[in-house]
Amino acid sequence: MINLLRLISGRTASAPVARERLQILLAHERGLRGQPELLGLLRAEILAVVSRHVVLDPEKVIVRMERGKHVSTLEVDIEVPNGFERSRAAAV
Amino acid sequence: MAKVLVVTSGKGGVGKTTSTAALGAGLAQMGEKVVVVDFDVGLRNLDLVMGAERRVVFDLINVVQGVAKLSQALIRDKRLENLWLLPASQTRDKDALTDEGVGRIIADLRTKFDWILCDSPAGIERGATLAMRYADEAVIVTNPEVSSVRDSDRIIGMLDSKTVKAERGERVEKHILITRYDSGRAARGEMLSIDDILEILATPLLGIIPESQDVLRASNVGSPVTLNNAASAPARAYVDAVRRLMGETVTMMVPVERKGLMNRLLGRRAA
Repeated sequence: MINLLRLISGRTASAPVARERLQILLAHERGLRGQPELLGLLRAEILAVVSRHVVLDPEKVIVRMERGKHVSTLEVDIEVPNGFERSRAAAV
Repeated sequence: MAKVLVVTSGKGGVGKTTSTAALGAGLAQMGEKVVVVDFDVGLRNLDLVMGAERRVVFDLINVVQGVAKLSQALIRDKRLENLWLLPASQTRDKDALTDEGVGRIIADLRTKFDWILCDSPAGIERGATLAMRYADEAVIVTNPEVSSVRDSDRIIGMLDSKTVKAERGERVEKHILITRYDSGRAARGEMLSIDDILEILATPLLGIIPESQDVLRASNVGSPVTLNNAASAPARAYVDAVRRLMGETVTMMVPVERKGLMNRLLGRRAA
């Protein structure tokens, strides 16, 4: 019946296209969701661990994540001031 | 025990306010004591749809700020004695709502009502997050259309992470309410099907409200559609949804187009 109507009207159903586009889009968006929070958490914990041994400028700790099709990479970039061992000795 | 239910959607214009009014009135008609709370600060409309726009004296913000007592701001419905409205402010800015203030009012309402229905503003900003903040259950109003489904998915994510219940590790019970469902377009494959929407959103269905002139007519005269024309298709669909909210098992009716022969011949769409 539906197909017959479609034949007569000469139109193709657009709902299946809508469904497919949504499924692809939402799979992507759900992956992104919560990611900023995860990065914030990782950054805070990495900072805490490293700070136990080295005096750090919190602004110089960069945590970045890139999602690839098959693998994702987590990049942690920490700038350590020269002579940090001395500052550590002073702290102890 | 009182239940806090947020009516939300992300996208605007899908029927949150209409649905809040219809579900609120429907619950009240079943004998429940209900308050509908408008969270759309600056753009309130629930008062208009409920036909109480000329009776607003104090509002939600006045109560949050301690200018008025809750009992002064609550407006009792003229048709149903156990239905109440807590209007939003039309003039204040939305930042006047605070998490703590909303928490206090909801706690107070819990002691006085069986159901607290929170009509969320569109979007994902403060008003929307505060409307869902203390919810036990959520009705996500969705139109069978890509943009609405996408926004519903986003809102579901927020209900699972930003509510008090979610933060305690509990779950907000979620329901999808499909509104503006056009059976003719569905049959022609021009509209996302119910099954597609439910599969994509992975959330159970509360009801399907057909696109209907009765909805517009009801809001024109300021009456929830369940009260204005109880025999109409949308009113019956809302009443079924209310029964499901109350825990009854009601068979889901997918609206079908009722076309008379003349209409069919003339190619008119059934109202």
